Amino acid sequence: MALPTYATPVQRTYYYAYLFFCGVVFFFLVAPLIAIVPISFSKSPFMIFTEGMLAWPPEPEAWSLRWYKNMVGNCSADVVSSTVPCSTKWMTGTVNSFFIGITATVIATALGTLAALGLSRPHMPFKGIIMAILISPMIVPLIITAAGMFFFYARVNLVYTFTGVILAHVALATPFVVITVTATLVGFDMNMVKAAQSLGAKPTRTFFKVIMPLILPGIISGALFAFITSFDEVVIVMFMASLDQLTIPKQMWAGIRQEISPVILCMATCLVVLSIFLLTTVELLRRRSEKLRGITAR
Amino acid sequence: MPIGDMLLRSVDDGQINTVFPRTFEEYKKWDREKDELPPEIVYRTLFEELATGEKIQVGRALTRMNYSKSGWKSLIKKTSREIKKMTKKGEIPESYKDTLIQINKDWGDPTFWYSMAQMLNTKTPIYYWNAIDRTYDQDQNVIMQDEKRRIYVQTWLKTLKVSVYVTFFCLILGFPVAHLLANLPLRYSNLLMIFVLLPFWTSLLVRTTAWIVMLQQKGVINGVLVWLGILSDDGRIQMVYNETGTLIAMTQILLPFMILPLYSVMRVIPKSHMRAAQNLGAKPATAFLRVYLPQTIPGMSAGGLLVFVLAIGYFITPELVGGKDGKLIGSWIAYHLKTTLNWGLCAALGAILLGVMLIFYWLYNKIVGIDNIKLG
Repeated sequence: MALPTYATPVQRTYYYAYLFFCGVVFFFLVAPLIAIVPISFSKSPFMIFTEGMLAWPPEPEAWSLRWYKNMVGNCSADVVSSTVPCSTKWMTGTVNSFFIGITATVIATALGTLAALGLSRPHMPFKGIIMAILISPMIVPLIITAAGMFFFYARVNLVYTFTGVILAHVALATPFVVITVTATLVGFDMNMVKAAQSLGAKPTRTFFKVIMPLILPGIISGALFAFITSFDEVVIVMFMASLDQLTIPKQMWAGIRQEISPVILCMATCLVVLSIFLLTTVELLRRRSEKLRGITAR
Repeated sequence: MPIGDMLLRSVDDGQINTVFPRTFEEYKKWDREKDELPPEIVYRTLFEELATGEKIQVGRALTRMNYSKSGWKSLIKKTSREIKKMTKKGEIPESYKDTLIQINKDWGDPTFWYSMAQMLNTKTPIYYWNAIDRTYDQDQNVIMQDEKRRIYVQTWLKTLKVSVYVTFFCLILGFPVAHLLANLPLRYSNLLMIFVLLPFWTSLLVRTTAWIVMLQQKGVINGVLVWLGILSDDGRIQMVYNETGTLIAMTQILLPFMILPLYSVMRVIPKSHMRAAQNLGAKPATAFLRVYLPQTIPGMSAGGLLVFVLAIGYFITPELVGGKDGKLIGSWIAYHLKTTLNWGLCAALGAILLGVMLIFYWLYNKIVGIDNIKLG
């Protein structure tokens, strides 16, 4: 979208103003995420850039790994500060988060893939209504879903249990799987299923040998969406989880409300790294699936 | 299913009827025109039901009674303590009415009895009225709450205002960026897309924390402004824990939801349209306004509604960044669910919010269709 050579000076000015504006917006989008990374390596117990950190040449004194040590539960003398408590809560949270996230992802991926397969059949009755109901947890504000689930699970005694939290996360994450898998199935040739079956394969075998390898990129990126949904989820966890089900977001929430400590930023940095990793994976999968379907880059 | 349950909750008022079934039965027979106070039999059944009632059940009923008229809770608590003492001793009062009035003179106050009328039905709209700052008076008329207790209408308006602002800012900021992304060669736009997708994939709490770090008084933005000499060291602006902070943080958090639909619409608008318009003699501005802009309307409405609807139900960011006056309706729902345990009111607030959303979704579906949601 470069300017033509015959552009007038006024047009040039507008064009550069426009580019500048876009640059500012991009900066606005990522600057906060980048700013927290150096502060997490700070030595000071406050979430600010200290003078030592900004000094030139850099002062090694101002930087440290103490908050990372604190985060992993290493409470030795150089790590503890009067304002920052030290506990193993962050690590418990990490373990719980991964446990809940992975379990919910497995269930949601299985359910979502099956739902997408069914919904993409041409003669499926009530397609619109089913799709609307399946997608609803994604659209209804979380606070409403959370309140409704809390009331409902309270009746069946699932509040404050791992089962309850996992089931709630499955409900939230399934729509993402349904959407991504449905998108992959658009390019899927249903004649291959017929071919497999006419050659004598049973439906399960057809699924694992023919359908699954072809829609795998969609399933995996759906699963990653499901995982990140469950992993980041805080509202439902706040209502439905007791201290036993402490997760990273819940601990962060508590941390921001009570003690503003740099340990939160360490965890935040780790999460940013994790999201970069997931983003790259999804992006690579998307390209692969486009290649598989024969859609070349536009 | 859970949502249906919530809607039931919002009108459910049956619990109290299981605690005082006979009292209510007798109460209904009381003719208010004739006697100032209910007849003896009402006092008697109440006395007996308080004496035999289960403690937890009565406790829950009390909370409900207190919503109708404050003072019920302490009144019943005191009374039932006295009654328990009496039944232990085996005393049976001659006149239940006089005994109760003797225990606490409030039993002779007809306004308490009037307020009981609200509790007779198993279904009630009272929570909905409460959710918009209204309540019942003794004659079942809907009136405004006390001046001090009017918070919800104000909060609803604030929620709407913040959502409108956030949507507007997202549109202003998102439109040029989406335009740039859609018109660059794929190689560059894929690279720049990461800037949009990275915040989209990062945890909400991380971004909220990051904004606190950026905006606080000793934070990055204030620091840079002081360093540049725009602000004096004492003149640092308070940007976080108020509405400004909420607006800035929410705009950044919801911006990807605006850019992505806009981008997918702009991608398919042929570039030749603009060139054709200019060839035919339109100035660039005219060509943009009359040819390009109308074609992006589906994207703008999709992104706008998505952002608006997400913003209206937002809870985490306003709660953390908003401070005291930044509370939106979501915070109150959470507050009633977790702290006051006024589940009826919580469910009613949620139901109203859901109603507002459904109207917007209906619009959304009309304009763009619900299947057009795209993820990254």
